[in-house]
Amino acid sequence: MLEILLDATVRAGTPILFATLGAIINERAGIINLGIEGLMLIGALSGFAATFVSGNLLLGVAAAFAAAFAAGSIHALVCVQLRGNQIVSGLALTMFGVGCTALFGRSMVGQTIDGFERHAIPLLSQLPVIGKAFFNQDWLIYFSFLLVFKIWFFFYRTRWGLELRTIGENPAAADACGIPVNLYRFLAIACGSGFVGIGGAYLSLASTPMWIENMSAGRGWIAVALVIFAGWSSVRALFGAYLFGGITAMQLRFQAMGTTISAHILQMLPYIFTIVVLVVSTLRLQKGASQQPGNLGQPYDREDRK
Amino acid sequence: MKKLCALLAVLALLTACSSNEQKPVESAAKPAAEKQIKAGFIYVGPVGDAGWTWAHDQGRIAMEKADYVQPSTFIESVPEGAESARVINGLVQKGHNLIFTTSFGFMDATLDVASKNKDVVFMHCSGYKTADNVGTYFGRMYEPRYLSGIVAGKMSKSNIIGYVAAFPIPEVIRGINAFTLGARSVNPQAEIKVVWTQTWFDPGVERDAADSLLDVGADVLTMHQDAPATLQAAEARGAYVIGYNSDMRKFAPTAFLTAPIWNWEAVYTKTAEEVKNGTWKSQQIWWGMKENLVQLAPFSDRVTPEVQQLANEKRKAIIAGTLHPFSGPLKDQSGKEIVAAGSTLDDGALLGMNWFVEGVQGTIPK
Repeated sequence: MLEILLDATVRAGTPILFATLGAIINERAGIINLGIEGLMLIGALSGFAATFVSGNLLLGVAAAFAAAFAAGSIHALVCVQLRGNQIVSGLALTMFGVGCTALFGRSMVGQTIDGFERHAIPLLSQLPVIGKAFFNQDWLIYFSFLLVFKIWFFFYRTRWGLELRTIGENPAAADACGIPVNLYRFLAIACGSGFVGIGGAYLSLASTPMWIENMSAGRGWIAVALVIFAGWSSVRALFGAYLFGGITAMQLRFQAMGTTISAHILQMLPYIFTIVVLVVSTLRLQKGASQQPGNLGQPYDREDRK
Repeated sequence: MKKLCALLAVLALLTACSSNEQKPVESAAKPAAEKQIKAGFIYVGPVGDAGWTWAHDQGRIAMEKADYVQPSTFIESVPEGAESARVINGLVQKGHNLIFTTSFGFMDATLDVASKNKDVVFMHCSGYKTADNVGTYFGRMYEPRYLSGIVAGKMSKSNIIGYVAAFPIPEVIRGINAFTLGARSVNPQAEIKVVWTQTWFDPGVERDAADSLLDVGADVLTMHQDAPATLQAAEARGAYVIGYNSDMRKFAPTAFLTAPIWNWEAVYTKTAEEVKNGTWKSQQIWWGMKENLVQLAPFSDRVTPEVQQLANEKRKAIIAGTLHPFSGPLKDQSGKEIVAAGSTLDDGALLGMNWFVEGVQGTIPK
């Protein structure tokens, strides 16, 4: 039973994990991105459409990354180049994503593709309890493990990562050090958006291989909250996403096993959890233990005097 | 000032996104000798939902085939509640003389607009309030549900059948009960396990709910949501599945058995014709398989000829009126007799159903 539950947890958590990782890359550069939900949909549709036309899943993932990268560039243009309001631009991106995928996705509704299949990793998948859940999955899930590590490595073990974190903390200081602030920010937003797009593609290529309007169903907003829970760390994002996925998976299995707890209460759990997460992380924030990038949400203008 | 600009921008976007109106391309002019029908449709979801709204839109397209029907207008993703009155009113202003509102939540708004526009005919789907120029329409989906239950009961080997349920409202509960009665009429050992997703429309959660039912031993699944996620889950795990809303068999080519489906064209074409002839009168339509508003999709090869024949016989009996799925004796989950032998639940009891019949495993969230 525990094995099955863990397996469902990983599968439910993965799209949120990708989205959270993408959002973390954005915010580490000091940019708030509320366009996650829209980016997920853009990724889901482009991934599905590319796979449908070409029959190649890898091409689908690449298309999802590229399309979300392009859409993220719009946010980057507004936030970095034009120094616009990041909240407004992010919300606009979500609305744009919802609307434009609905419009262009019409011909994809009701189409079918062969989605990602499970591939057991030899030896590791034989491990007791965790083997089946973590090492008998599809390639996108293995990629998400790698991505968690890569992002951690990038931020804490490479010079570029350090420079990007500096920009998020204090762009003026970074600028004075000769770091190309705008270029870094632009790339961080666009690449982060690309990974969010892969999260969307996980839904349309692996979880439920189909396209339906609005199929991300609010997962993008959960990712926005999880960034704070994770304290802007990719490793903690993994736990946050799985915790959330686990609660969703658990409440459905409780029902199937015939518990007498009201389904309404079970269904509230993920959202109660979100609120608890926000409260806890806000309390931590007040104690000064926050990992929040110091310059989050502020546009940077070299000419500005502070 | 900056903040004000930002606020205005958000407001502008919100208004722009709240509803998107689709205007069909005007086709060649039609003869104007008789009364022309200009129909408008209010949809609660997107036409691309592959389920509920999609089925309504298929009905709309079929209705347009009649030569006295002008190209119709539909407005999709309209939020339920007071806001919808504005959208309905918009259709009236543009000269529509027949308006269909296709979700329960549009009920009061429809009545409200109708009271100020007596020359326009309104048809509200699934509601219970009427007026001189407002009729209602809905289908006895429990009839094909009962038949699909017979198929499930016959095809199940583990005698555990999974039901991925949407929201705990009478319509959904009625479907679960009819399905269970059908299954147990041919297989008294069958148990129907219910998992609520509280969604009409979240493939990820629905897939997970379906998986959780397969995990506890279900070998036939069915569902009440719009998305075909349950079909994919059954296909991936080698179980059987019964769809809903529309014939979604291509999502589960080997697992699919059949599906209770909507055929809204039956209401739309008839209403347009009556309005044209001036014979339309306000009534509460609750049609079944006899009037062809609900159907059972063609069986797949997996369903054995004997089972197909059995289901077809029951279908004929329901249409002829000799079989009613909710005729007694009926017991609830605790074994208490609710309907005595020889009597049948009336429409009022069916429309307000809030209890499970014997054989359902699950609780109705209160």
